[in-house]
Amino acid sequence: MRLVVIFLAGALFGFGLAISGMTNPDIVAGFLDVTGAWDARLAFVMAGALGSFALCMAIWRKKKGGAGWFGTRLPTEESEPVSPSLVIGATVFGVGWGLGGFCPGPAIANLGALRWEAIIFVPCMLAGMFVARWLFRSP
Amino acid sequence: MNPDFTTALLGGLCIGIASFVAAAAAGKIPGISGVFSRIFMFQPGDTLWRLLFILGLIAGGMIAFWVFAPSFTAIAPLWMMGVAGFLVGIGTRVGGGCTSGHGVCGIGMGARDSIVATIIFMVAGMVTVFITRHLIGGLG
Repeated sequence: MRLVVIFLAGALFGFGLAISGMTNPDIVAGFLDVTGAWDARLAFVMAGALGSFALCMAIWRKKKGGAGWFGTRLPTEESEPVSPSLVIGATVFGVGWGLGGFCPGPAIANLGALRWEAIIFVPCMLAGMFVARWLFRSP
Repeated sequence: MNPDFTTALLGGLCIGIASFVAAAAAGKIPGISGVFSRIFMFQPGDTLWRLLFILGLIAGGMIAFWVFAPSFTAIAPLWMMGVAGFLVGIGTRVGGGCTSGHGVCGIGMGARDSIVATIIFMVAGMVTVFITRHLIGGLG
């Protein structure tokens, strides 16, 4: 049951990405194009996602404390000091995001449409992840 | 409201609720880059839920593509998508998260480093698009 719920959560995530326009690189690049014809859609997606996630977390914590679902513990995010690797990593990610208009979620969701952009992007992303693990011991 | 903004907000709600459900059911922060990358660490008991979440992501996308046929316009040639993917793979892992892990879950849980990471990758993306669209004039 737990795995079914996680699968369905993944499906809702992918569905949300696709209806919000975030699986279209041109809309993402439109948000990043602040000196051009700016497209605000990504800001609405972030606001909706951030707001609903934080609200669900707050309500659940109030009712159940630190307990998760199916006997798990709710994950906690301890804010760590900003490290050089965070700054470098986020910069490299941002450059790749701006070049292709894909971040990991939309790239993987686009595999569902069998788009060549995604079929090429995702294995290259995985290769980058292996390089990161090998060079920087990143998880 | 502009219908594009309405669907963007609705899509965002789906993403936020899905992230919460996955976080509660998995007991882990379900940022896409971390969920995807750690499938390939093959840790017993920590692989199947990741694989199913990612398969769900593809299935949910597939349904929405099929029902709504949302627009798709590539901004770079295929070889550049390979380069972009490689940079996204390295960057998300070295930086500890992507748009969902830092931008939605991290900030949503009040992590200050996630706010910093999100600002950095957004600014880096904006600078990149400025260079490719306005200085070079497109990647096509």
